[in-house]
This record gives sequence, C-alpha cells and structure tokens, in this order.
Amino acid sequence: MVKPDRLTDLECAVVVQDLTVAYKEKPVLWDIDLKIPKGVLLAIVGPNGAGKTTLLRSIMGMIKPAAGNVAIFGQSIAAKKRSIGYMPQRGTVDWDFPTDALDVVMMGRYGHIGWFKRPSVNDKKLSLEALDRVGMADFASRPLNQLSGGQQQRVFLARALVQDADLYFMDEPFVGVDAVTEQAIIELLKELRNQSKTVVVVHHDLQTLADYFDWVSLLNVRQIAYGSVADVLTPENLKITYGGRSSFLMHNPVIT
Amino acid sequence: MGLDVLSLNYTLSIVMAGSFILGISSGVLSSFAVLRQQSLLGDVISHAAFPGITLAFLWMMTKDPLGLFFGALVSGWIGTLLVKSIVTYTKLSMDTAFGIVLSVFFGLGIVLLSYIQRLPTSDKAGLNSFLFGSASTLLLQDLIVMGLFCFIILVFLGLFWKEFKLLTFDTSFMSSMGFPVAKLDMLLTILLVMAIVLGLQMVGVVLMSAMMIAPAAAARQWTSHLGLMVFLAGFIGLLSGCIGTLVSNAIPQVSTGPMIVVVISIMVIISLVFAPHRGLVCNWIKGYYHRVNIRANSILMNMLLFSESKTDPYHCHQLSALVAIGRGPSLRTMLQLKRQKLVQNPQDDLWGFTELGYKKALTLKKSLYSQSHEH
Repeated sequence: MVKPDRLTDLECAVVVQDLTVAYKEKPVLWDIDLKIPKGVLLAIVGPNGAGKTTLLRSIMGMIKPAAGNVAIFGQSIAAKKRSIGYMPQRGTVDWDFPTDALDVVMMGRYGHIGWFKRPSVNDKKLSLEALDRVGMADFASRPLNQLSGGQQQRVFLARALVQDADLYFMDEPFVGVDAVTEQAIIELLKELRNQSKTVVVVHHDLQTLADYFDWVSLLNVRQIAYGSVADVLTPENLKITYGGRSSFLMHNPVIT
Repeated sequence: MGLDVLSLNYTLSIVMAGSFILGISSGVLSSFAVLRQQSLLGDVISHAAFPGITLAFLWMMTKDPLGLFFGALVSGWIGTLLVKSIVTYTKLSMDTAFGIVLSVFFGLGIVLLSYIQRLPTSDKAGLNSFLFGSASTLLLQDLIVMGLFCFIILVFLGLFWKEFKLLTFDTSFMSSMGFPVAKLDMLLTILLVMAIVLGLQMVGVVLMSAMMIAPAAAARQWTSHLGLMVFLAGFIGLLSGCIGTLVSNAIPQVSTGPMIVVVISIMVIISLVFAPHRGLVCNWIKGYYHRVNIRANSILMNMLLFSESKTDPYHCHQLSALVAIGRGPSLRTMLQLKRQKLVQNPQDDLWGFTELGYKKALTLKKSLYSQSHEH
C-alpha cells in the first residue's frame, strides 16, 4: 500500500491542508493534513470530543474553517456537492417526523432534482432499489416512528446510496445496530469501495477496525497518525490518542 | 328592519371569510412550527408584532390594514432575529431569549397603546382589539390583505414543499447537499410571521399562539404523512374558524377570536383522546389486549408443563392445580381461551388442551426458547 505522503493530488478524492476549526476561539481541529486516495475505505477513529464529526462536516463545507483548504477531486467543495453522499448520525433527527421510509430515502435525490420540482418516477424507482439493497424493501411505506434503531440506520444508508456519489461520508453508521445489520452495512460499504468509490467512516470499535477498513486516521483534535491499519494501529499511537486508556479498548493490539 | 338583517349577514360573511383565511394559513404553517419544535416561537412573534402595529398607527395616524400588517410583520421579524442573536451571542438559553423578547416587545406595545389612547385622533378606536381579538371590527379591506397574505403563504409552501420538508426533518443532511439552509430557514420563518400577523386582529396577540400550535397538534394525531398533516391542520383550523364564528354569532356578547381558540382546543382534546394509533383510548385498548394475551400465553405454557408429565397431552387438570404452579390463571382467562378453542373443559373445573391449543403452546415454547438463545 502507498504511504500517504507519497500520494499525488491526482490520486486523491480528498486533500485537506492545514485545516483548523475553532468554536468560539477554542480549537476543535488543529492543523489537519489528510490525503484520502480514491477507492479506499477509511476509518476516522478517536475519543469523544476528538472532532471526528467536525472533520467530516468541514470537509463537506458545512462548517467554515478558521484556516486551511479542502479540495474534493481537485476542485472546491461547492463545485463537487453532487459527488458527495452523507449519512449523518441517527440521533440528529426526530424519528417521530410524519413520513415513511421511502420518503426519507427519496430525500437523497433532492440534490439532483432541482428547485420547484417534485421527485420523478425514476427517483422513486432508484429509492425503492436502494431500500432493497439495504434489505428494507418491505418497509417502504412504514411510518418512521415504527422503525427500530437498526432499521433507521438502514434507511439513512439507503438515502446516502441514492445520492449516487463518488465519495461517501458516514457518521457512526454502526451505532445501535445488531450484529446482523452491522455485517449488512459493512458488506455494502465494501461493495461501494469495490466500485472504486471512496468511503470515509467515523468508527468507534477498535476490534473490528482491521477487518473492516483499509486506512485509518487517528484523531484527537490533532491527527495522531494516518495510514494503513497495520501501520497506524500501534499501542503507542493508541495511547497518544486515547490518553492511556487504550488498554481497555483493545485486547489484541496490532504490533508491527 | 330588513336592512338590519342584511347588514348583519354582511358582517357575518366578512367574519366568516376572515376565520376561513385565518384557519387555513395558521393551520398549514402550524404544522411546520410544531414539527420544527418552534411552537413557542409563535407566541413570541405574536407579542413582538404588537409594538409594530402601534408604531405603524402612530406613523400613519389611520388604521390602514396594509400599513398595520406591515408594521406587525417588521416588528415580529425583528423579534425573531433578536431571539436568534441572543441565543448565538450570549450564554442565555432559548426559553430565556423567548421570555425576554416577548415581554420587552409586548411591554413596549402596551406603553405605545396607552399613549395613543390619550391622543385626540378619532381613528384610534379598535386598536386594542389587537390585544384579545375582535372579529366585529373586521372590514372588507382587512379581509383583502389577509387573503393576499394567505395566498402568498400557500404559493411559497407549494413552490418549496420538498425543501421545507427536508429543512424540517434533517438540516445537516440538507446543508451537506449544498442547499442554502439559512436562506430557506429565513423564508419559512417569514411565512410563519405572516401567518401570525394576519390572525392578530381576529384572535389577538395573547391567544394567537394557540392557533400556531393547536391545529398541528390535532392533525398529527390522525396521520403519519406530512402532506396529509398539513392539509388536515389547515382543515381543522378552517373548521374551528367557522364553528367558532357561528357559535359566537349565536351567543350575544361572546367575541369570535377567543371562541375560535376554544373550539380548536376542544378539537385537540378530542384528537389526543380518540385518534387511532396515537390516541389515549387506542393505547388503553392496546395495553388491555396485550395484558390479556400475556396472561393467556403464560397459562398455555403452564399447561404444557403439566402435559409433559403425562403421556396424553390432552389430559385434563383442575383449575386449582394450574393456580398452584403459576400466577394468574382465573376462570375469566380460561373462558377466554375456551372461546378461542384453545382449551376444553369436558367436566366442571377440569381443563385441558384442545389440539389447536397444544400446537399453539408448542410453538410458543419454541419461540421463547429461540429468543432466549439469541441474546
């Protein structure tokens, strides 16, 4: 595998340079450099408050950074909005909202539909296909408040899929799902990667890191380490990232 | 005499049309206000609009409806901006910001109103109807302005339907797709301010917040579909407007606006209690059947325990034996099971499985067994 510092900009889906983000003068992200190559499955890992969600949001242009640059496929974010798919944390929305699963998935098409227009028959067809891919075909007309946590997560995944993007950002897709759903989701993410799409995932479980992901970024306000899972996941790096509590997090640290 | 009846009908039809417009516009927008958890913002806006009305009157020295509405619109809008900036730039919480803006603006409005009361102009009568609402002061020109506002609200809602839906459901996803979220939020808030302002004369500053909560709260009980909810909220608003107008017309000395609020509150109570799926009655019934079901299942399981000690699974036992090994079996539940043809009692106080009941007990056991092994 290529070392991150050897990557040319052309090979990259995302190039982040010197990114610093601050909320009311308190830095949340400090001087982040990140080159994400095309066609990889990348995990962003770090403790609570490390700035993982903030990093995703800054790359997508939802937060204005205090300093630094972000390029998506060599262009500005504004020019590449349509190439981005996003799966926010499940807890960020009100699941008692009066609508059904299909309608939520269809929201993933809104960026393609354009102003004043309604979703077309084709948009509906694509959304039903996406629900089928996440194993939720039978739940299309199910009201949101009757979905379980795992089903909500699948609906959000389907919504990201219909965005038909080249670059996906997923914020904790495995939180609150059972083992079966977790497997189904990771299979889909690997499938996306195999279609040479780039998938960036905020992840929490160090145990599954090596099985699921190609690349990993250890983050705690600063980027502690970045590269292939085998290179990065060392006890020293984990100790720096989690501050000495890492022995609880991992029973068998990868030692290279 | 004939002229009297005619003029009464004219007033009534004006008022009726007014409650119609008020009901639709506040009903439709209340859905978004409630779903965006901004129902209290409605109360703030209506109070914040009040000094705008008095200032506009002081500026024009007439009660020109367009001018008064415009004043209310601007000052209501300034109120919402103030709430937002207080939350952004200070450490005060949202409810504190609401309280500050509401009381300061309303106080200012009252001060200006008392100043106007002492002015020697003749046109000032009826300004205090904005406080508690008075439909009888409604004129055709007021109606035209209300209709115009309502039309604008409905057109914009139609144009930006999918954007407003997404804005209400998932702002962060929306901004990830590059939609101008802040501008759309501003547009929806302006429409909300318009809906509130157009009802002030009829319902009044104090009660207007009810119109921005009640129709949506009632409508949400009946449907899980946004389009239907918005339509239903508009319809509930309209219906309450009409009923309230008729009732207040039938009973002398009862003002229309407050009557509309009373009617719509009754509709909320009915919806909370009787709606299918979400209503209280429905929940009680569901809970009752759930309990009955659990009791029946546990009896079947206990009977299965007995049957395992005999070669004949259909062997009958006394009810007291079943009571001895498990909680709950009562004659009532046994009779229920018998009605479902799950148990038989060939003799008085002797109970045993039917073929159907034995099968059901076996599947129950199987499902319980597999569940306990999954976890």
